[in-house]
Amino acid sequence: MSHSARRLRYVLKRLIQALPIVLAIVIMNFFLLQMAEGDAVDVLAGEAGSATPEYMAELRAKFGLDQPLPVQLAVYLKNVLTFDLGYSFRHEMPVSQLILDRMIPTMLLMVSTIMLAVGFGVLLGLIAATGLNTWRDTAISIFALITYATPLFWVGLMLIVVFSLNLGWFPTSGMENLTMFYEGWDRVIDIAHHLVLPTITLSLFYLALYTRLMRASMLEQYGQDYVTTARAKGVTERRIIFVHVLRNALLPVVTMAGVQVGALIGGSVIVESVFAWPGLGMLAFEALFARDLNLLLGIFLLSALLVVAVNLVVDIIYSSLDPRIEVG
Amino acid sequence: MTRLLDIRGLHVSLPEGAQRPYAVENADFHLDQNEILCVVGESGSGKSLTARAVMGLLPRPHVRVANGQIVFHSEDLATASEPRMREIRGSEISMIFQEPMTALNPVMTIGVQIDEVFRFHEKMSSKERRERALSLLSDVRLPDPEQALKAYPHELSGGQRQRAMIAMALALDPKILIADEPTTALDVTTQAQVLKLIKEMQEAHGTGVLFITHDFGVVADIADRVAVMQNGLVVESGTTDEVLRQPTHPYTQSLIAAVPSLAPRPPRTRSSEVVLEVKHLEKTYRSGGGYFGGKERVVHAARDVTFDLARGETLGIVGESGSGKSTVARCIVRLNDAEAGEILLDGVDLRPLGRAAMRPHRPKIQMVFQDPFASLNPRARVGRIIAQGPILAGANAVTAKKRALELLETVGLDAGAYDRFPHEFSGGQRQRIGVARALALDPEVLVADEPVSALDVSIQAQILQLLDEIRDQMNLSMVFITHDLRVAAQVCDRIAVMRRGEVVEIGPTGMLFEAPRHEYTRELLSAVPGRDWFAAPVEKLAAVSS
Repeated sequence: MSHSARRLRYVLKRLIQALPIVLAIVIMNFFLLQMAEGDAVDVLAGEAGSATPEYMAELRAKFGLDQPLPVQLAVYLKNVLTFDLGYSFRHEMPVSQLILDRMIPTMLLMVSTIMLAVGFGVLLGLIAATGLNTWRDTAISIFALITYATPLFWVGLMLIVVFSLNLGWFPTSGMENLTMFYEGWDRVIDIAHHLVLPTITLSLFYLALYTRLMRASMLEQYGQDYVTTARAKGVTERRIIFVHVLRNALLPVVTMAGVQVGALIGGSVIVESVFAWPGLGMLAFEALFARDLNLLLGIFLLSALLVVAVNLVVDIIYSSLDPRIEVG
Repeated sequence: MTRLLDIRGLHVSLPEGAQRPYAVENADFHLDQNEILCVVGESGSGKSLTARAVMGLLPRPHVRVANGQIVFHSEDLATASEPRMREIRGSEISMIFQEPMTALNPVMTIGVQIDEVFRFHEKMSSKERRERALSLLSDVRLPDPEQALKAYPHELSGGQRQRAMIAMALALDPKILIADEPTTALDVTTQAQVLKLIKEMQEAHGTGVLFITHDFGVVADIADRVAVMQNGLVVESGTTDEVLRQPTHPYTQSLIAAVPSLAPRPPRTRSSEVVLEVKHLEKTYRSGGGYFGGKERVVHAARDVTFDLARGETLGIVGESGSGKSTVARCIVRLNDAEAGEILLDGVDLRPLGRAAMRPHRPKIQMVFQDPFASLNPRARVGRIIAQGPILAGANAVTAKKRALELLETVGLDAGAYDRFPHEFSGGQRQRIGVARALALDPEVLVADEPVSALDVSIQAQILQLLDEIRDQMNLSMVFITHDLRVAAQVCDRIAVMRRGEVVEIGPTGMLFEAPRHEYTRELLSAVPGRDWFAAPVEKLAAVSS
């Protein structure tokens, strides 16, 4: 079987394997939230100031919350299968629409952060490793140490103070300038402009991590026998670094990045709140406190799907980088 | 005859604080066209660094040529510039290495890796380069050159990988080929084939080969001339005949005397008391497959393996890698679980026993492992390593310590070793600790899995002698796993030959060597390096005494 046919079969196999995983996550999420004290009716009643028990019971009946658990689960599963994620009574909007609105900013932030962190991390690691124990190496290592140790929210606030307030280069918050009603390329540029500071803030920590990982990985690979072989063949140092060592050294970085993309989906709450970025993290945070279970379940489901998809992508990248990984 | 390489007064310096100031000291030797010069020595003798110095591949800046000349075609390589060295490497002088798996880049195809040699030295079209690569691969007799070109290193066997390495090294028809222990990591039959290939290629191209090895058997098979190195010094050099027949330096004499000969040990009477009986042992490894199809691979590591072991006897299990010999050993001591069969130790079948039921039987059957560096816990002191087993088995700490000290003496280490860590010892000493650890539980059966294959030949001889002494003293029975028939000849009363999980032949050592019944046994015997030189112990002794 050719390599590409084998890869296609591998992707299909992984997609089929993902189905039971997603189903299990959906069911587990459902029960997890059932275990939490209180429901949306409690919150609504609490916020209204006073509500009679009769009114609350009426609300529960209206939302289907008085049904036995298995029935609620079955209804939920049926709805999920028809891509109906329910209705958020808090936001008075269908959950799917709410989530989709928020998903694009989240993906935007996530993808740009990962690209920036992995890209620059690999580059800085490479520069540090090739100039081992020179000033470049020291400077990069110190930079990595400082960014690794600095809290995210502080970096965000400082960037705003310096680049937005003092220098006025970048907007302080939001995803786009809604008052200008930009369209087409103007809008793209506007969003990119807003994206710069949140991306830098969120990626700094990961950047430091990948820099250190890449540096260590390069140094380890540099000591391997195949490097000596390449030298014994008369291959130039340039090719040894960029062709022989680089590809082998990338493998641990890809593994690490794959694990962290999942964490990024939910872990950007701080950056989203500092920059008022309309992402899923903030939505999840609000939904949690509002006991908006439908919305929370929807976000959980979407996150699970994203993580499964990202894992698949990472595995495919990995298998094309490392032929020793068996696909099939 | 043209002189290719003339090494004069070569000094390779080690960084400060190393064991000695020079890794190679005042080395003088030369290499002519169309000859094979073997540089022989044990680990740490400086033989590999000499080779690296010629290639300009010393791990600089810590290790460098401090003094002396490496003259190649009236050019001193010791002072040549790096760009010039890069031109020479791969085209005029090329090199092959010990471990072809790690010496090849795992994520690049063989084709790309051979192609690099052409790309960096010659101007050729890619079609031409591909044709040259194909013809090279068929020259080194890889079965399917087209396929090999597209293959990644892990898709080839060890022997095939080394063939690909040789093809790569010979790509531009170099004047000198440096081979650094190229067959050490290979099975004995593959080793014989690769040695033959190197010899043929050398004869066909008139190449000068600098062959680094620790094995006098290999020397006897292929060398024209020999240089013996010890602690950085070339202690003796001459033609193969001179050095092997009339070694003048005491170190050479002791090295040659330590080479285990193929002559089997004198037969001993076999006790009628059977300690261990293995009957119809089965073990398979499965990988791949699953619910979604895919091809499942099944490896029979042990197929209907049956043998018995008498009290005080040593049974050798001999085979190449993948023959299942280690699996059988691990199944016997219950580190792996066999699927079927019986393992009768003193009449009790160990195979079906659970963890708790096995515990009282554990002390009776103990194991010595191959790698003395990896098999001892680096964070535990030697005393604890030895005494831990008896304490777990219920002995009190004081008796266990006393016993551990006794055992250290038995294996030839002083009592001071008790409070030290494994890394403070040499390989041979560590293997002694491993033996003491196994003996601490007073076993009836000792299973030794390649206990000497990671050791230098002189150390090897000492450990083999130690095992022999202990066996006689304690009336131990031993299962001795090895890939080396020469070692097996030295220590085993009987030998079982395994191939692909099956015992193809079993019998007393003498009979098996004189009249091997199975074709595979004959193949193994004929592949032993230097078998003609080292077959007769009498001749060897004469050589040493003269």
